[in-house]
Amino acid sequence: MSADTHHDHGHAPGAHGHDPHDNAHGHGHSSEGAHGSRKDYLIGFVLSVILTAIPFGLVMSGVIADPRITAGIIMVFALVQIVVHMIYFLHMNAKSEQGWTLMALIFTIIVLTICLAGSMWVMYHMNLNMMPNMGGDASAM
Amino acid sequence: MMSDALLKTIFGRLTLDSFPIHEPILIGTFAVVAMGGAAMLAALTYFKVWGYLWKEWFTSVDHKKIGIMYMILGIVMLLRGFSDAIMMRAQQAMAFGPNEGFLPAHHYDQVFTAHGVIMIFFVAMPFVTGLMNYVVPLQIGARDVSFPFLNNFSFWMTTAGAVIVMASLFVGEFARTGWLAMAPLSGLDYSPDVGVDYYIWSLQIAGVGTLLSGVNLLATIIKMRAPGMSLMKMPVFTWTALATNVLIVAAFPVLTAVLAMLSLDRYVGTHFFTNTMGGNPMMYVNMIWIWGHPEVYILILPAFGVFSEVTSTFCSKRIFGYTSMVYAILVITILAYLVWLHHFFTMGSGASVNSFFGITTMIISIPTGAKIFNWLFTMYKGRIRFELPMMWTIAFMITFVIGGMTGVLLAVPPADFVLHNSLFLIAHFHNVIIGGVLFGMFAGINYWFPKAFGFKLDKKWGTISFWFWVIGFYVAFMPLYVLGLMGVTRRLRHFDDPSLQIWFIIAAIGAAMIAVGIAAFLIQFYVSFRNREALRDWTGDPWNARTLEWATSSPPPAYNFAFTPVVHDLDAWYDMKSNNAARPVNGFRDIHMPRNTGAGVILAGLSTVIGLAMIWYIWWLAALAFVGLLAVAVGHTFNYDRDFYITAAEVTTAEDEHTRQLTGHAAVAGA
Repeated sequence: MSADTHHDHGHAPGAHGHDPHDNAHGHGHSSEGAHGSRKDYLIGFVLSVILTAIPFGLVMSGVIADPRITAGIIMVFALVQIVVHMIYFLHMNAKSEQGWTLMALIFTIIVLTICLAGSMWVMYHMNLNMMPNMGGDASAM
Repeated sequence: MMSDALLKTIFGRLTLDSFPIHEPILIGTFAVVAMGGAAMLAALTYFKVWGYLWKEWFTSVDHKKIGIMYMILGIVMLLRGFSDAIMMRAQQAMAFGPNEGFLPAHHYDQVFTAHGVIMIFFVAMPFVTGLMNYVVPLQIGARDVSFPFLNNFSFWMTTAGAVIVMASLFVGEFARTGWLAMAPLSGLDYSPDVGVDYYIWSLQIAGVGTLLSGVNLLATIIKMRAPGMSLMKMPVFTWTALATNVLIVAAFPVLTAVLAMLSLDRYVGTHFFTNTMGGNPMMYVNMIWIWGHPEVYILILPAFGVFSEVTSTFCSKRIFGYTSMVYAILVITILAYLVWLHHFFTMGSGASVNSFFGITTMIISIPTGAKIFNWLFTMYKGRIRFELPMMWTIAFMITFVIGGMTGVLLAVPPADFVLHNSLFLIAHFHNVIIGGVLFGMFAGINYWFPKAFGFKLDKKWGTISFWFWVIGFYVAFMPLYVLGLMGVTRRLRHFDDPSLQIWFIIAAIGAAMIAVGIAAFLIQFYVSFRNREALRDWTGDPWNARTLEWATSSPPPAYNFAFTPVVHDLDAWYDMKSNNAARPVNGFRDIHMPRNTGAGVILAGLSTVIGLAMIWYIWWLAALAFVGLLAVAVGHTFNYDRDFYITAAEVTTAEDEHTRQLTGHAAVAGA
């Protein structure tokens, strides 16, 4: 994700004044039709900046006393950031490749969720049941 | 000593002791294999077919030839996997009380491990991939797969994995861990020998092939269907191929990752799955089954597809409940990811986790049951022709239902606490894999053989093979259910209780019957080839079938279809026949084709070298071969001579020939 962010940060300011320059090395394969307009890139850029700035501000200012709540909020912003990147920079929408890209994404998310959530659930239970004297913490060995 | 260090640098841990010269069974096997291999090489050289094999087969990017090569790989490895099986059955039938049998423990453990690995990865997978490779492009009216070179490369990577497993027979030894190499047993502490490394590298290299072929077929089905073939007009076999390849693409990376972590544990001293230093062996079990359970659906779904095509063809009816069939396939695809924990109910995950996974496991039997009913209702009031593929299908329906029911029994966690790791489990999964996957592959081989070679398979020997396989299966595995219920666990080499022996002797008789079935299967090929003129089919449609692959000649020309067919109905070929659609006989155009290349063979050969060098710690060779691999791979990207045209004149000649065959056949049939 961070690589994408850098790429787009370096990219979007060029769009302000130097049109021909920007178009020339905007995207390597600008011949394809499915790519977003400059407006899309700008919206994506602004949203990314906002979504990055808020978590940054939360940590710097320390307005929320409990660091775990801060961490949770940052995770939520990160998830939204992922969606913003996919829509505005990776041009994910219901139409590209007749919807197969979106379908593949949804399937991947379902499978990943099942595997990650299931694994954590299962391993937590095994730790709890099979290592009762270790407080569920194998690192205490 | 200096020379010792030097030898170690050159040969790693490969020494003269690595060759099992003290094992009479292995020496005997080696002698037979070496003589057979030498005879075959000599014959190939004598008949000067090396050039032909290289130009027309090994380097071919034609999906049909690659499909056939996959099937040959599967048959060859079936013989190896079955020899392991018969050794185990013989050992267990005799090793009671004072009799120790003929296999020492060290060897027996390798035999059951190799049997499982070979049967799943190098028999079932090549069969499934081979059938999909051959049939899917024809069934969707395509000229080839999306990435023809990648297809050739995938095949050779799978073969490279098989070669590495076979090498373990004669150099060093194979894993003694069971077919999933569970940690921590497979870790360096408990398996310091080369066995587990053979296991890891053969599966990693073959896994590249499987994953790439999954990507390839997925892209083919999504992007290359003939105009008019919307998703809900796809033949059921293509649907199952789509679902299977989705499963492959999503599941195999997990296997790759878990084996990579095991390799890191073994090679660089990490502690992912060790007992100490914060390692977690249960995570290995968890992850390998996240791959492992989808894997069984990867194998069975294409078999379901075969049965659907066969039932519909040989009952001369459209498949019953097509839509429900498709939804059942999709539901199975998702549910395949929700059941993996039923493989380790007994390892302490507790009541809530076990209930959840027990229930999901029972739910997955619902779409499967729906499919069984769909096949039954297709047969109902159909005009059933009892050809070999249909016989295999009926045998499957009976056998698989029994296997499915024992599976639902095992899905009940309390029952599983009694039955897990017992011979009941062994009987269950052989019941579904032999009765489901293997019967499906035999149905598919008998069904599509005339398409691939232009003549039918001999029915007499096919029938003999059928009955020996089916009856042999029941005789071999029903005793295992009984033994499992009596509490006999799996992977035992020796028994004390003489009352058990009779069941093992019955099981061994069953295995012997299956051996006759396999022999008859091979004789069937020989007899069919000898009588090929009598069994010849000129029409390209010997079964009066319904899907597009039967619309072209048998064997199909390199370009499959002179013109891309247009699809109006689910049973596209039946639709064309019913509407007397005219076969185009002129106006052919040049056809753009991919050119053969040897890059796939070379890359897979170098991968084999890397694998073997890593297994034996011959670091310089591994590095050298890896550099070579990169060089060949990069070099291949500069090969611009990748395509050619089959000219319109050549197409016309081939199509005119088929026209003559068709009219000649019609004249004979009319007379």
